[in-house]
Amino acid sequence: MSIEDTPKMSWWNRLAHPGFFVQWTTPLVWPLAGITLALFALGVWYSFFNSPADYQMGDTVRIMYVHVPSAWLSQFMYGMMVVSALGTLVWRHPMADVSMKAAAPLGAVFTFMALFTGSLWGRPTWGTYWEWDGRMTSTLIMLFIYLGIIALWRAFDDKLKAARIVAIFTLVGAINVPIIKFSVDWWSTLHQPSSVLTAEGSKIAPELLTPLFIMLFAFTLLSITLQLISMQTEVKRRRVATLERKAARGEAA
Amino acid sequence: MTHRQVHKEVFLKVEGLALGRGDLVLAQDVSLSVAPRTGLLLRGPNGAGKSTLLLTLAGLLQPLSGSITFVGHDEEDGPILHHCGHRNAVRARLLVRETLQFWASINGHNGLGIDEALERVGLTRTARLDAAYLSAGQQRRLALARLLVSRRPVWLLDEPSAALDADGKILLETLLAEHLADGGLTIIATHDDIDVPGLDTLTLGKAA
Amino acid sequence: MSGFVSIMRREMRLAFAAGGEVLTLLLFFVIVGAIVPFAVGPDKELLSRIAPGIVWIAAFLAMLLGLDRLFRADLEDGTLSLYRLADMPLSAVVAAKVIVHWVTSALPLILVSPFLAMILAMDTETFWRTVISLLLGTPALVAFGTFGAAITVAIKRGGLLAPILIAPLCVPVLIFGVGVIAPLGGPDQATVAMLFLAALSLTAVALSPFAAALAIVWGEE
Repeated sequence: MSIEDTPKMSWWNRLAHPGFFVQWTTPLVWPLAGITLALFALGVWYSFFNSPADYQMGDTVRIMYVHVPSAWLSQFMYGMMVVSALGTLVWRHPMADVSMKAAAPLGAVFTFMALFTGSLWGRPTWGTYWEWDGRMTSTLIMLFIYLGIIALWRAFDDKLKAARIVAIFTLVGAINVPIIKFSVDWWSTLHQPSSVLTAEGSKIAPELLTPLFIMLFAFTLLSITLQLISMQTEVKRRRVATLERKAARGEAA
Repeated sequence: MTHRQVHKEVFLKVEGLALGRGDLVLAQDVSLSVAPRTGLLLRGPNGAGKSTLLLTLAGLLQPLSGSITFVGHDEEDGPILHHCGHRNAVRARLLVRETLQFWASINGHNGLGIDEALERVGLTRTARLDAAYLSAGQQRRLALARLLVSRRPVWLLDEPSAALDADGKILLETLLAEHLADGGLTIIATHDDIDVPGLDTLTLGKAA
Repeated sequence: MSGFVSIMRREMRLAFAAGGEVLTLLLFFVIVGAIVPFAVGPDKELLSRIAPGIVWIAAFLAMLLGLDRLFRADLEDGTLSLYRLADMPLSAVVAAKVIVHWVTSALPLILVSPFLAMILAMDTETFWRTVISLLLGTPALVAFGTFGAAITVAIKRGGLLAPILIAPLCVPVLIFGVGVIAPLGGPDQATVAMLFLAALSLTAVALSPFAAALAIVWGEE
């Protein structure tokens, strides 16, 4: 029952071997964590001390430096899950299952952070913690989808079976997300003709952009680091489960 | 039994089959070949992988590796095999006759007539009853009748004699003998003695 | 008689036989709709304003409630495995079940919706719009629901999971469904909503049998 390590395996197949993946990524984790930390230090310094307050929103604009990266990551992690889901379904790549599973809780956390910072920001800007604004609403639905996927993972005992089922749901979800976004936008603009947050995007002051981009990079690197770590943890968890099962069979025989 | 046709001859060839569920390997390097007019009795302790082998052969489970080929089978002839698992697929609130009729239309009705098949397995008197009122053994007979109404050359049977009485066991042996005589083949997982000429024995879970 | 028709006949028989759930679901739909006035007060003006939303929510909940029976019993008695060995593709089996599921769980709701319209003080035009929007939108709910039921069929206690997974995906159906009835942006927007609702239903109904069949096969393996 041993898995053979023949030298003729391509890098792709070797990557598919979980042990090799752990070996290959372990030296990456600490440098990545270091760069992430440095970027965060720089980004936080910029956001607090080296960027002006907004002429309309005042100091609360600084919430943007956490809010926008979180919102970006909530979509980035879903993208990661979609790519992994394709890896699971098309190539049956074992690490794709692991990547898909690791990404779901991370995506949920970033989505939650986007909502949380969004409502903190909304209080001074809109005068309320929650507004049924198009963006907020679709982020909330996104959070529900993430939580559903996590629940689906947890419901299966057999992780191999779970991977393909979760993959197909992730893909169906991916097809649906643009439809949800569109419908929610259509619905919220009917209720309140002009969007409150047009300040974001085109009218943003250039001095705000530097910290924003640094924070975007810092957050993205953070997510990649966390993704690697949780993939390694998942590989180890599966190995433990397999060993336990083997032990149980050994006793029964 | 005047209109009995002979099955198209199909050989089952299995090479280097590894089977299991999830990442749990139950048996490795299973190779076997079964010719028409013969069959195989699968034996072995509980958990040896008899049911899993049958499910894998039926295509209901993916093999971990290896190949399963039905030599001589043409895709256009329709499905080649019947699988008869632990569960009888008998639903309450449908009549016995209705149940058989349903399976005949789903699987292709090219075998015995509905009433003829029911008579064969001894369920004529219960034909108009709700299938839920059948006993376990009678449900098993109904499952066997399903094999008769749609002719397929390969029968994969999992514990077919479970819950059958002495008469039922004789019936099962007769049906199997006829199936083999018609050119069919069968693989049966069982703990009982099934006395039909042409059956070999394969024991799983020992020195595999 | 082809296999497709046989499956439809069987599903109909099971749904309407004694102990079938058609009546239970209907009752659930009516009770959910009728219980709202107790929560918001019997103010006729308020009720008639929110009536379309109430009817849609009641229909939505009733659909979610009926999901689990779609494949669970077939899995438990081994029928689902046999469908995979049948002389027809599994997606066709699922498609037949989707159609019957709509006939037995959505159509009856639409048929009793006049009663809800009456007690919720809907005017005639709103009522007809509600019927149209339910006719256009419930196929999408059934299609999404079928997919959800197929995904969770391999899970022993998946009954509650399917609604949780499916509800977020159904948000556009709700939005456009209610959009057809209460056009906030004027009649133009109602047409937009109607077109989108129809497009959603068509696409979902066309694709769901294939996605559901894949999920069932992978769940059983």
